[in-house]
Amino acid sequence: MPEGRATCNSVAACYSLKLFLGSSVFVTVNPDETLLTLEQLACERDERLLFCSLSMQASGGQIWQVTGANGAGKTTLLRILAGLHGFYEGHRHWHLPNWQSELLYLGHQPGVREELTAEENLRFSCALTGQQGDLVGALKAVGLYGFEDVPAAHLSAGQQRRVALARLWLARKRIWILDEPYTAIDQQGVASLDAQMQAAAAGGTLVIYTSHHRVNDRVHRLHLGSGRAEVMA
Amino acid sequence: MRAFRATLLRELLLLWLNPAEIINPLFFFIMVASLFPLAISPEPAQLRAVAPGVVWVAALLAVMLSMDGLFRRDQESGVLDLILTAPVLPVIPVTAKLLAHWLLTGLPLVLVSPLLGHMLQLPSAVLMPLMLSVLLGTPSLTVVGAIGAALTVGLNRGGILLAVLVLPLYIPVLIFGAGAVTTAMQGGPVDGVLAVLGALLALTVSLGPLAVAAGLKISSGD
Repeated sequence: MPEGRATCNSVAACYSLKLFLGSSVFVTVNPDETLLTLEQLACERDERLLFCSLSMQASGGQIWQVTGANGAGKTTLLRILAGLHGFYEGHRHWHLPNWQSELLYLGHQPGVREELTAEENLRFSCALTGQQGDLVGALKAVGLYGFEDVPAAHLSAGQQRRVALARLWLARKRIWILDEPYTAIDQQGVASLDAQMQAAAAGGTLVIYTSHHRVNDRVHRLHLGSGRAEVMA
Repeated sequence: MRAFRATLLRELLLLWLNPAEIINPLFFFIMVASLFPLAISPEPAQLRAVAPGVVWVAALLAVMLSMDGLFRRDQESGVLDLILTAPVLPVIPVTAKLLAHWLLTGLPLVLVSPLLGHMLQLPSAVLMPLMLSVLLGTPSLTVVGAIGAALTVGLNRGGILLAVLVLPLYIPVLIFGAGAVTTAMQGGPVDGVLAVLGALLALTVSLGPLAVAAGLKISSGD
């Protein structure tokens, strides 16, 4: 498994986040580590306020879980973070000069074309995102060994999801944005995904994901609901 | 460039695996052009008079029909988000996609057009200018159509809207494309008309992919 940055992260660094709802004052313990700043972020959809006054800072090595009821704006928030959704107020700032090359975004749809095989799908996403690594090894890690040459149409929903998830086992990126990564994944897969996300965070990656499943107890939570955004660090 | 080559090969493979996407526009092109002799009259002089327009309108509609699905399946499967979040400019994979699409849907129309010209009683000296005009014109049609496809990709029934958006923009290509064939039939020099088609091609190919990429961003943004 390719190891990314060998940044040392203490537990204290994991808690280097301070957040003040509705205020613009920030206290950062570890400014070098901060990767993402949101200031007074607000988003409306179909004349309905999804969330407002969302201010937070997140740094490498943290895992953020975005929770909320269906339609609360979780996917929209992740799309804003990934730069796919431009209709919002406030500021979103990535503290990396070339953040898109460090971004691994896994959307609501897995980004897998059914006509192509697992390996062809993975190879294309790697060529596009510039990710390096052992494709067959990554497919093996997500339990698709022996399915490399099977068109994705013949794979189950969970297996199609795993094709997309295989990117998490390639060369490490510093920002992971994962929209419902656990959908259609079996128990064993959930455990290995948990382990992989924790390993990434230990390597200095900022992981932001939506799901009701908690990776571990140290996960930071961001709850969206009834037009408000609550941070539970 | 890695992203360009990967997208080009992937698109060619995808089209190859969905042969309907290649065959449908071609078949449509042949069918529409074949209906005219039945509807008007098999009289050679009459057919010859309408032939440039018939071939060109049929080619234009065939290209437009093939555009509707250009980005739809990529959008539904989430590949479009992948393209837009990748660290390469979206215009690179978009250009590769358009090139692959034209190679497998536009180029067959070019190859078949002399056959249809012959069927519509065009003199054999005119078949070469006809083919050249279709060769220079269809890439422009593909690129301009892709702008419409990019803007309508998020909509459920984008087909009619696509036609409304794109058909007016097809007019210059149609005028000069059919004009080249008519000029050749009258024995005039076609170089000038073909040069205008070439200029339109240079304009659409250089700026069109940028507009397509911007259209995809707008579609994904809301």
